[in-house]
Amino acid sequence: MAATGRTRVSLTVNGVAREHDVEPRLLLVHYLRDTLGLTGTHVGCDTSQCGACTVHLDGRAVKSCTVLAASASGSTVTTIEGLRPHGQFHPLQEAFWQEHGLQCGFCTPGMIMTGVGFLRDNPTATAEEIREGLDGNLCRCTGYHNIVRAVQAVVFQMAHTTEMPAMEPGDVIPPESLPGGILSSPTGAEIKVPGSKPR
Amino acid sequence: MATTTTPATGDERTTRADATDSVERVLGARMRRKEDPRFLTGRGIYTDDVQVAGTLHATFVRSPHAHARIRSIDLDAARSHPGVVAVYTGKDLADGGVNGIPVGWLLPGLKPSNHHAIAFEKVHYVGEAVAVIVGESASAARDAAGLVTVDYEPLPAVADAEQALAAGAPIVRDDGSDNVCFRWQIGDAAATDAALAGAAIVVRQRLVNQRLIPVAIEPRASLATYTRATDELTLWVTSQNPHVHRLIMGAFVLGLPEHRFRVISPDVGGGFGSKIFVYPEEVAVAWLARTLERPVKWTAERNESFMTDSHGRDHISDAEMAFDANGRIVGLRVRTVANLGAHLSLFAPAIPTYLYGTLLSGQYRIPAIHADVTGVFTHTTPVDAYRGAGRPEACYLIERMVDLGARQLGVDPADLRRRNFIPADQFPYQTPVALQYDSGNYEPALDRALAMLNYHGFRAEQQRLRTQGRYVGVGLSCYIEACGLAPSQVVGQLGAQAGLYESANVRVHPTGKVSVYTGSHQQGQGHETTFAQIVADRLGTSIDDVEIVHGDTGRVQFGMGTYGSRSGSVGGTAIVKSLDKIVDKSKRIAAHMLEAAPEDIELTSGRFHVRGSPDRSKGLADVSLAAYLAHSMPAGMEPGLEATSFFDPPNFTYPFGTHIAMVEVDADTGQVTLLRYIAVDDVGNVINPMIVDGQLHGGIAQGVAQALWESAEFDENAQLLTASLMNYGVPKARQLPFFELDRTVTPSPVNPLGIKGVGEAGAIASPPAVVNAVMDALSPFGIAHLDMPLTAPKVWRAMQAARANGNTSGGTTTATTGR
Repeated sequence: MAATGRTRVSLTVNGVAREHDVEPRLLLVHYLRDTLGLTGTHVGCDTSQCGACTVHLDGRAVKSCTVLAASASGSTVTTIEGLRPHGQFHPLQEAFWQEHGLQCGFCTPGMIMTGVGFLRDNPTATAEEIREGLDGNLCRCTGYHNIVRAVQAVVFQMAHTTEMPAMEPGDVIPPESLPGGILSSPTGAEIKVPGSKPR
Repeated sequence: MATTTTPATGDERTTRADATDSVERVLGARMRRKEDPRFLTGRGIYTDDVQVAGTLHATFVRSPHAHARIRSIDLDAARSHPGVVAVYTGKDLADGGVNGIPVGWLLPGLKPSNHHAIAFEKVHYVGEAVAVIVGESASAARDAAGLVTVDYEPLPAVADAEQALAAGAPIVRDDGSDNVCFRWQIGDAAATDAALAGAAIVVRQRLVNQRLIPVAIEPRASLATYTRATDELTLWVTSQNPHVHRLIMGAFVLGLPEHRFRVISPDVGGGFGSKIFVYPEEVAVAWLARTLERPVKWTAERNESFMTDSHGRDHISDAEMAFDANGRIVGLRVRTVANLGAHLSLFAPAIPTYLYGTLLSGQYRIPAIHADVTGVFTHTTPVDAYRGAGRPEACYLIERMVDLGARQLGVDPADLRRRNFIPADQFPYQTPVALQYDSGNYEPALDRALAMLNYHGFRAEQQRLRTQGRYVGVGLSCYIEACGLAPSQVVGQLGAQAGLYESANVRVHPTGKVSVYTGSHQQGQGHETTFAQIVADRLGTSIDDVEIVHGDTGRVQFGMGTYGSRSGSVGGTAIVKSLDKIVDKSKRIAAHMLEAAPEDIELTSGRFHVRGSPDRSKGLADVSLAAYLAHSMPAGMEPGLEATSFFDPPNFTYPFGTHIAMVEVDADTGQVTLLRYIAVDDVGNVINPMIVDGQLHGGIAQGVAQALWESAEFDENAQLLTASLMNYGVPKARQLPFFELDRTVTPSPVNPLGIKGVGEAGAIASPPAVVNAVMDALSPFGIAHLDMPLTAPKVWRAMQAARANGNTSGGTTTATTGR
């Protein structure tokens, strides 16, 4: 049944103080999308599996479909729109662009918000750790290949202050030269073949 | 025929033989996508992001039963609930002039269903809508939906297509005597029977290609607004083909004139086929907005997506592949039962027939093929095109049968494939199942994939690991697909109720900037970049000066949309044809300006110059400005610089390749781990290798998921058990490896770009590669076949059964388990 009362929420979203009377059951994601018009945060499921709604709540990546707007009152929220001032990119956004880490773009805001949080805690993550770190975010377009590459690229940059070499068709490491031998897939990071850089 | 096949190495990948007019060609270059900045910053606009003041929200009341008679619906409590504006039943819509949703592909003798937007009298699958509530807010509508009381008389239901064919099965169609929708066949039955009778060995296998659910991450949504003053209806909808939506909904379902009905499909968050079709909710929302004269929006919740987005696959096939003593395939006989669900979705009849039976020759010379397909209604969600659409089912069948043949013959599976390939000098090749392959060269792709794997090294490693109790395997899949279904005249003869051309309008503005209005529409494919590359390549402009306009019937002249991997080869070629007209007119204008003969004008690096005199030249902006000023034009020439073309291809294109999966099966748990995935694809010339690779990655992931994790499951009452992301196995990042890709390049002769299509190849090739790999790993257990998905419990049970039979090595048995 409908909850009849309204509850007052006040929070800081992308650096701006916001205050509204909302239904107590209103989810943070719907508050962001419908009340504030911040539609970059998406809804892909009802069961907290897809991660398209990921935002930062007091600096931590959370699924905003699983947080009531009322419980977020008093907190600071950053959405994809507020990750960087308009016209500028976070290094992970730049890496997603460079590595083709997105296709339809629907999961992308959630992926990036999760990735930014993950990189803060795991700045030297391996490919396997990155895949584990993205466990709460689904992408149906990319097979994750280029998403993991994008996160790796930022790890690589933080270590080398250069861009990770491109991984293109034919840039194949002889598997017997890999640590895992013939049974292991290249992990991207050890690609040393000079590749053409996108313009 | 100019068919050149080169292993793609080094710079050859992005260099075309006819590259002449620019130092660094835009076509074939890896370029970052123009559309990405808006997606990366959350500024993309998907249907649910469109906000119109005063919008009402629709919620559908859905059937919990797969089959039931509706005795009555009590809407009073819902109607009087605060915030509810209106409540309607299916009868209300029918009385209000809403016709049933038609089927867009007819087969001889096909029996359609009554596909109402909202059911009345009876429901036919779980999730079918029985009423719609419209509220001032989504929560008010949802609350009220909970107050609707529907008195159902539950009836027996059937979810399995073979069971639906049995005597006494519950009947799906309201007026039908049985559940057969159509019977269809292709090939020469007598010749195939004779080939099987005379064969050295015949491999027989029952193969289940399980039902899948597409799961685009953006749920379907629609928003309609109506303006009484001008009698104009605008529908924003998650569509891969807005003009098709307008045509079907306007002309057939709602009776709206096209010139007052605008369909806008803004950014689309993945489709994979599921957003081709006209769905009940879209029809209802459009009708509601017009009836209530208020904007109305509906966005699916994920469980609604699972229940109501068209599903894919769901074939049960009995296949018989016959070989001579030398291992040459002499015949293939196939009987397939295809589950169509409770209603015919828009293109459902085409999928298990013309997009399946015609592909059954694969990459092989097979003298005789016959396929018999029965399309069956069941009490389940309608089934239609899902990434690959018929072609994955064909590829899976062929590639499994060849592998089973190799095992029975005791021949290496790679060698057996090679032995049966259509030779490179046999193209164009006429198959016994109607298609004529225009080009192909299959061995280089196989060779390259085997080399990337180090096939022989692997076999030695495999033997060594078995002695340690570790079970690894590799599986091959040598696939062919057919993209860009065409030409229209032929598909019309085959039953299509539409043409399959594409249109493009290219408009050069006075300043030389270019707008392209294309009937193709992207759901992640990157057309705003690749189509701009085509324009920039032909006109010598920067891609930044090219805008691609799509997804809006109010801006784009007409179009058939994006599916079947057709946008590059059909939509791209329509753009090329318009560009040719632009270049031709521009040369005549430039000749006039330069006081030269038009045939002496050349276009080089974006400048029109007199042959032999590079200094006497005009840029595109000079020419376009002259065309719009029209102060001095060649005699008889109209002002302006734009062109429209419709391209109707003479044939399909035929991408092909070899994929190899390497897996390990955990001996204790049955868990399958995908260790490596190698794909060598030939998609013809490549516009943007980065985007081509991305398309392959995604397709491979979906196909691997079919092989290992995904399956739509129904219980004995036809209740969908996998209706959320908690129990339907969409893969996560940690379940997949990096993919190892390479290409060969055999340009298609069907279009001037020499391109084929790549959107579906990965999903077509990968399921048999993975299943073949698992069966290879399990060969010491004597397990020859298991149906997909190869989940840990299924594999573990098969291994346990083999162990119980003392069958841990040698021998060959088939253990077909239930789904």
